[in-house]
Amino acid sequence: MNNLNLVLPEIFISLSVMFLLILGVFKKESSQLTFNLSLVTILIAIILTVNETFSVNRITLFNESIVIDRMASLMKIITLVGGFLVLGISSSYLKTFKIFKIEYPILMLSSVLGMMIMISSNDLIMFYMGLELQSLALYVLATFNRDQLKSSEAGLKYFVLSALSSGLLLYGCSLIYGFSGSTNFDVIANQLTSTKYALTFGIVFILVGLAFKISAVPFHMWAPDVYEGSPTTVTLFFTMVPKIAALTVFIRFLYVPFLNLIDQWQMIIVFLSIASMIFGAIAAIGQTNIKRLIAYSSIGHVGYTLAGLATGSNDGIQSSIIYISIYVVMNLALFSCLLMLKRNDRYFEDIDDLSGLSKNHPLLSLSLLIILFSLAGIPPLAGFFAKFYVFKAVIEQSMYFLAIVGLLSTVIAAFYYLRIIKIIYFDKEKEQYDSDHGLWLKFSLTFSTILILLYFIFPSQLIEVVSRIIII
Amino acid sequence: MNFPILSSLILLPIVGALFLFFTKDKDGNNLTAKYVALFTTIVNFLISIYLWISFDQTTSSFQFVEQRIWIKDFINYKVGVDGISILFILLTTFITPLCIVSVNNTVKNRLRDFLIAILIMESFMIGVFCALDLVVFYLFFEAGLIPMFLIIGIWGGPKRVYSAFKFFLYTLLGSVLMLVAIISIYWISGTTDVIALYELGIDAKYQNLLWLAFFSSFAVKTPMWPVHTWLPDAHVEAPTAGSVLLAAILLKMAGYGFIRFSLGLFPVASEVFTPLVYTLSVIAIIFTSFIALMQEDMKKLIAYSSVAHMGFVTLGIFTLQQQGIEGSIIQMLSHGLVSAALFLCVGVVYDRMHSRLIKSYGGIVTIIPKYSILFMLFTLAALGLPGTFGFIGEFLILMGVFKDNFLVAVIASFGVILGAAYMLWLYKRVVFGKLVNQDLKQMVDLNKSEYLILTCLAVPTLFFGFYPEPLFNTIEVSVSDLINMHNLNIASK
Repeated sequence: MNNLNLVLPEIFISLSVMFLLILGVFKKESSQLTFNLSLVTILIAIILTVNETFSVNRITLFNESIVIDRMASLMKIITLVGGFLVLGISSSYLKTFKIFKIEYPILMLSSVLGMMIMISSNDLIMFYMGLELQSLALYVLATFNRDQLKSSEAGLKYFVLSALSSGLLLYGCSLIYGFSGSTNFDVIANQLTSTKYALTFGIVFILVGLAFKISAVPFHMWAPDVYEGSPTTVTLFFTMVPKIAALTVFIRFLYVPFLNLIDQWQMIIVFLSIASMIFGAIAAIGQTNIKRLIAYSSIGHVGYTLAGLATGSNDGIQSSIIYISIYVVMNLALFSCLLMLKRNDRYFEDIDDLSGLSKNHPLLSLSLLIILFSLAGIPPLAGFFAKFYVFKAVIEQSMYFLAIVGLLSTVIAAFYYLRIIKIIYFDKEKEQYDSDHGLWLKFSLTFSTILILLYFIFPSQLIEVVSRIIII
Repeated sequence: MNFPILSSLILLPIVGALFLFFTKDKDGNNLTAKYVALFTTIVNFLISIYLWISFDQTTSSFQFVEQRIWIKDFINYKVGVDGISILFILLTTFITPLCIVSVNNTVKNRLRDFLIAILIMESFMIGVFCALDLVVFYLFFEAGLIPMFLIIGIWGGPKRVYSAFKFFLYTLLGSVLMLVAIISIYWISGTTDVIALYELGIDAKYQNLLWLAFFSSFAVKTPMWPVHTWLPDAHVEAPTAGSVLLAAILLKMAGYGFIRFSLGLFPVASEVFTPLVYTLSVIAIIFTSFIALMQEDMKKLIAYSSVAHMGFVTLGIFTLQQQGIEGSIIQMLSHGLVSAALFLCVGVVYDRMHSRLIKSYGGIVTIIPKYSILFMLFTLAALGLPGTFGFIGEFLILMGVFKDNFLVAVIASFGVILGAAYMLWLYKRVVFGKLVNQDLKQMVDLNKSEYLILTCLAVPTLFFGFYPEPLFNTIEVSVSDLINMHNLNIASK
């Protein structure tokens, strides 16, 4: 039990969640207090994670059901930082809608906790518990603006489809357990050989369930509706944080228990990747709501992330991790801009509302310009490098078809990003928006935009951190 | 290590742009912004002149090379110049200040942003010409799309959105295949360093596909027939300064890319695909010349003439002979000056009459004589009259082609005649003839800044037309070494 300090962040968060719940019950008007305490909790959790686990190479705990390795600690830090920023940005948005309640930070904390467990899981049961914890919290978060029809609809849709995918996942898990006799990833890995065909079914079910969670085509249907209906800050959370956890689990599943069956799943991942890239690019063209558009664009980006995973090499895994990290930053920046489109306590979500933004808000438009070109993958912005690493890994494995399809779909995707830029810069201006924004918003926008813009000067740092992650 | 002169060439415009970004527009007419931009670009021009003077013309190896670790164990930031690239840098730094002077008359709104875009554009263009690493080259090559997209889209004409999109997507589509090729080269050879790749060579069995991937990018950018259709649109809609940059420098990136990468890295494939390039070039020369004859819009006519001229350039490059390649380089330089001048000439009358249609002019020679004389000079240079810069390149290219393939040379020579036809006819219809449109009488002759710009362009056009020796001295060794290396590679196959 001397390694308990490795899970200190998780323990700390769960204790805080319980404490905050009790505090919320007994103390009236405690929303602001809970909010601040939650932020402090995440901050402490970040410090604990960095301190305790960052230098750990690989240690398993609790009968090998939890694994702490370099990937886990990096992904946990990204998750926590993402959660921290989203929570910080949220407050002013929630206050506008008068839904600034104690449940919001607590739910977010428990969802983050679930993700951290997912990231560290080395066992089917542990993985499923983490998954359910984060999903349950997310269902409620999606409906958080309960007086709005769309928000309730989003939550319900998310709940039904997500429950279905969880069912598939469980079914897959039980198949795997039935044929390998264990729930532990390492043991399964030794048991699996390509002769056991029934196992392939288990793998397919699990992959389908996971594809649901990261909204890869053809399991993406929930994403646009849920993204559109949920409160914007929750959408931001959706596009950033759960993706990181789901990707980690994806990597863990593919490269620990299923590694021997790479011939079986590689085709599936390649298909998911190509379908997501193309569909994400084409379906986004016709959208008029920015949140829906972001949903489709995030489907596309998931495709690129999966392209890295499909390679079956360490370079591929690392490139996917780099991709998702850069993507998270771009998303944060994009949503910060979106949350700034506010006039008289109303938020604007249509693409046409951006019309002529550059006349009245030159700085905001410039940031949007940088962010959108980066999302389109135009050098020298960070988004280009994300794609560059992925395709470098893909071409290393001589998967030219995947690389060429991927790059061609970036050209299609460039079209709808350009369309937004066109609306911002070339069209007639509309009324001015509010220009006094909270410190959190300003900070996250400036921080992420500068990161995107100047990434090319010091690209080695991120690679150095990620290149220490060696799974295979 | 010496002073990083190339990096400072690349960075200086960006520093200028940053400075502009933080200046406040108090007086309303952006005087500060203009002077800052002008100052930056002129300093840059002087630096590049210094570069040319201190350039050692007796060697073909890369000079002023700078190398820094950029992405560890993968890519180095590496820049350097040889006899071929230095002239393009000079062209870039020479044209940009002229563009900035010209905005006085053409750009009305958001001048500061326009200048920022031009300055950023300049540094990317210089970067393209001195990059010695494939990834660095790609970075600069693609990054240029962003400012150009904005220049066309924000300050362009009525159909600007369509043109900007077309420009961006065409070029991007061409370039992504090049990215695949660059990454493949990294995995095949273990490096993307151009100098190292020149020495290593690339296995012949990969060359054809890689060549095609590079070709797809350069062919769009050149532009070659049949992917040239973005150019007329982009030219017509872009503001004058944008057209000038496009015609004078952006198109040259592709020609430069052909020489530096297609010939240098893939000698075997270049030999294989020469017939393809010949065919496309000849079609471009003849076909677009005919299209140019039919145009009613002056800018469009000049845009199509650009396609034809670039057809000569690609023809010359793939003769794979000294005269042909030298001719192509000279042709690119002369086209850079002359097409820039022609677009500026169109800009001058457009600013006064707000029409680019040929038929709305006619008989302006008596009203604005100074303009007419300068316009005539550039028209004659464009059709390649001996004694102007335009003649030398075209002549050398045709000489090179005659040695290689008689039939192609004969057909291409027709292009020269057609070129003369559409340029002279344009000039006749605009400048001579009867004065029908009475509004033209209000036109005033060139103002000071226009006069200055056109004279600045006229001087080198005439000077190098009579005395091209300095240019040849600079490129000769590099080109002959390139060809020697090429022949060596072919022989060893």
